Amino acid sequence: MSAETLPDLAGHFGRFGGRFVPEALIKALDELEAAYRSAKRDPEFQARFQDLLLNYAAVPSLLYRATRLSEALGAEILLKREDLNHTGAHKVRNVLGQALLAKRMGKPRVIAETGAGQHGVASATAAALLDLECVVYMGETDTQRQALNVARMRMLGATVIPVTNGSRTLKDALNEALRDWVSTVDTTHYLLGTAAGPHPFPELVRDFVGGIGVEARAQCLEQLGRLPDAVAACVGGGSNAIGIFHAFVPDESVRLYGFEAGGDGMETGRHAASITGGSVGVLHGNRTYLLQDDDGQTIESHSISAGLDYPGVGPEHAWLHDTGRAVYEPVTDAEAMAAFQLLCRTEGIIPAIESSHALAGAAKIAPRLREELGRTPTIVVNLSGRGDKDVHTAGAYFGLLDQVETVVPGENT
Amino acid sequence: MSIAQTFAKAKAENRSVLVGCMPAGFPTVEHSIEQMIAMHEAGCDVIEVELPYSDPVMDGPVIQKASDIALANGVRTRDTLKIIEAVASAGATVVLMTYWNPVEKYGVDAFARDLAAAGATGMITPDLIPDEAAEWIAASDAHRIDRTFLVAPSSTDERIAMTLENCRGFVYATALMGVTGARKAVSSQAPELVARIRSIDPEMPVGVGLGVGNGRQAAEVAAFSDGVIVGSALIRSVLEAPDRATGLRDLRALSAELAEGVRDR
Repeated sequence: MSAETLPDLAGHFGRFGGRFVPEALIKALDELEAAYRSAKRDPEFQARFQDLLLNYAAVPSLLYRATRLSEALGAEILLKREDLNHTGAHKVRNVLGQALLAKRMGKPRVIAETGAGQHGVASATAAALLDLECVVYMGETDTQRQALNVARMRMLGATVIPVTNGSRTLKDALNEALRDWVSTVDTTHYLLGTAAGPHPFPELVRDFVGGIGVEARAQCLEQLGRLPDAVAACVGGGSNAIGIFHAFVPDESVRLYGFEAGGDGMETGRHAASITGGSVGVLHGNRTYLLQDDDGQTIESHSISAGLDYPGVGPEHAWLHDTGRAVYEPVTDAEAMAAFQLLCRTEGIIPAIESSHALAGAAKIAPRLREELGRTPTIVVNLSGRGDKDVHTAGAYFGLLDQVETVVPGENT
Repeated sequence: MSIAQTFAKAKAENRSVLVGCMPAGFPTVEHSIEQMIAMHEAGCDVIEVELPYSDPVMDGPVIQKASDIALANGVRTRDTLKIIEAVASAGATVVLMTYWNPVEKYGVDAFARDLAAAGATGMITPDLIPDEAAEWIAASDAHRIDRTFLVAPSSTDERIAMTLENCRGFVYATALMGVTGARKAVSSQAPELVARIRSIDPEMPVGVGLGVGNGRQAAEVAAFSDGVIVGSALIRSVLEAPDRATGLRDLRALSAELAEGVRDR
């Protein structure tokens, strides 16, 4: 099987992916798949999508040579500046694509799940732009921790529904969005936030965010005259990572590294590293790696980064891991925060804590690659989002806030 | 009694089968056994034991809450098998309803084997469609567990036919587009769905679930189906009771009312 032709017609990446959902949703998934296939071939749809990316979302993002960071890490580091996109992250690509698709299907309402609120804000943005009703499900714990993002979504006209089931976090918000969708499929598109869930979501989201890698590859060839030695990205559900990996998968000389949230450390059990610390199972509609106990009950994840705090991972990553094409490693909260500070101080860029995991990972692999290659390695790091939303968490972590309660590391804010 | 025999017997008596659902280990292992036996004694023909799961996307708030309580009290997969054994030994016909991941984690063939050994006759899989079920079909054939897949008002005729081909025992028709939980009125989509199922396979017994909460609704659904599946309303009588004795009394009373309903079609 080659990566370019995956998934197969039933949405499988090898043994991963598929559809593990109630029968009531199958028709909606079939409709979505058919609409997506026809949109993919429709030059008008593609032109509209590209126009929004270019003139609304500020895409293509820069590929920036981070000179001072490169010196500090002993590697040539190129940052894919997805943090400069409208709404401050790669997610805008996915929400614009899916909102256009909702319009095309004639569905006036979109629903979304969100953890920290970033996907919720992006969904509310796209819904406002394209005149769609938007309902965002968010765990009650997260609505309290992310009051500003709740206000942002409301400003943009969205309805935010706090979810009080289970652990009251992202996974429960996802469950609740699925429950809404079962009852409202005729009028509603589920604007899923990552490259996971039942087929065709992993494929569709990957394709909408796949421009990250296509652009980065072309920018490397243009700026360096060659491909990089490695591409690094953080992995929660995995949409930014699959977005930058996909175009490089056929380039065998380019190593692909996904960095999962190691939380307090793998040995503590308090982490969100589904591939490196989990096992194969079924969650939220697809077979993949997930955090689960001996009975197959989902275990709550832990990470300082709310965007990575999810107990599963997209099925294509599970497959890339099994085939060995991509390498997945954990990065702890402490390592990520050190990288966060380093980028702030060397480049004047405040990254999202999610993206800081990719930076920390690049710092880890730099000496290994240098030894292996016998020269300075070139590493493209996907800077998937900006850190404005994390100022409170990081400020508390580094003790930079006056008269504010200290946030315990590992608790999301 | 097997599922087929249970449905045949009800048919001979010109009534519907009453399927009563209760999560295993809610609120504790012992109490859930007591509740299921009470339901059996009060007239539930089939006890549908639900394996509590952390992420039950098909279930509404009542079953979620009961499952959360069971899990918080430490119920394990092996406890569910123990509960099935106790309830089946008391003479009830038992089917298991479970989300797929706990089965996959246990080992699909081992689970089918142990489920059969515990005395369950069938298994309902709310998030496993036949398209993904090759391993389950093999295991359930090997250990003679009846397979119940779901069909929905949104299912195409092609999918209904494919699903019926893979069912054994009965098919679960989700009466409305939504999650479990009692509703004020019985869905108008349900009779139409049952008619579509029967036009494709007149032999397969059809159980209708989602939304039934009292004897009158049970009678309404019994009028056009072979089985009436009730969960949330039964669970609520235990959840909302001020004490255990009241909960058990209300549970028996509602079971009896529903049993009367399925005979009054």
